[in-house]
Amino acid sequence: MPAGTLYRGREGMWSWVAHRVTGVLIFFFLFVHVLDTALVRVSPEDYDKVVATYKTPIVALLEYGLVAAILFHALNGLRVIAVDFWSKGPRYQKQMFWTVMGVWVVLMAGAIYPVLGHAARVLFGS
Amino acid sequence: MSTTETTASGVGPVEGAPVYTVDNPAPLIEAPRKRTKKSPKSTRGNFELAAWLFMRLSGIVLVILVIGHLLIQLVLDGGVSKIGFAFVAGRWASPWWQVWDLLMLWLAMLHGANGLRTVINDYAERASSRMWLKALLYTATVWTILLGTLVIFTFDPNIR
Repeated sequence: MPAGTLYRGREGMWSWVAHRVTGVLIFFFLFVHVLDTALVRVSPEDYDKVVATYKTPIVALLEYGLVAAILFHALNGLRVIAVDFWSKGPRYQKQMFWTVMGVWVVLMAGAIYPVLGHAARVLFGS
Repeated sequence: MSTTETTASGVGPVEGAPVYTVDNPAPLIEAPRKRTKKSPKSTRGNFELAAWLFMRLSGIVLVILVIGHLLIQLVLDGGVSKIGFAFVAGRWASPWWQVWDLLMLWLAMLHGANGLRTVINDYAERASSRMWLKALLYTATVWTILLGTLVIFTFDPNIR
């Protein structure tokens, strides 16, 4: 630990870092997503053309990453609320962090087929 | 020179409470920044408290709205491959999904904008950098919220 830093490492700090990073990523995607959806106001063809890129394998992988960021931010956000409002929250923040990670791993495993199945069929044939 | 106000306890009334009582025989020292009738009104308001509370309340609502959105768009009924103009038209024919998407747009944009405001305040060290970055953030946020709202309210399934 370098001298003179407020950063303390471990679950507390790294969950805070990951919450920031995922939050900023999701917010930037949100700008793009409102813009691409706004194309429904331009023409059905233009909208469908842009949405077609969302169905390519590379973007499907990015979608899986987006789901990973959103699920972590959502679950850890609930943990932050518990730390702030539940009287025993600060004492159990570590346990809650690992619960978040456990639920996240399960949900991410469940999301593999629905989110990436289409890309797999495109790449390897069905 | 006018006489200074004194009470029986020998301490002036500025800080308010009586100093010695039977239950409290030792001198009571008030917190240095305790607000009394004489302290000036705060000029700052409670914006940061409101923003902090908004992040938690909107966060809970967004968990439901966004995970529902992901299930519909990416998981159920063929996942992303079903999405197209016809799918959007079908969903926005229902006021339920219009309100869902409108609420999600406003809450997510404000939640994200407040989050990025915090990030800018934390990492941009010069006052002018903070000012410009936040000006850009607020402009982009207002434009995006207005654009999205306009699209939801003026959507026309028979545009072609």
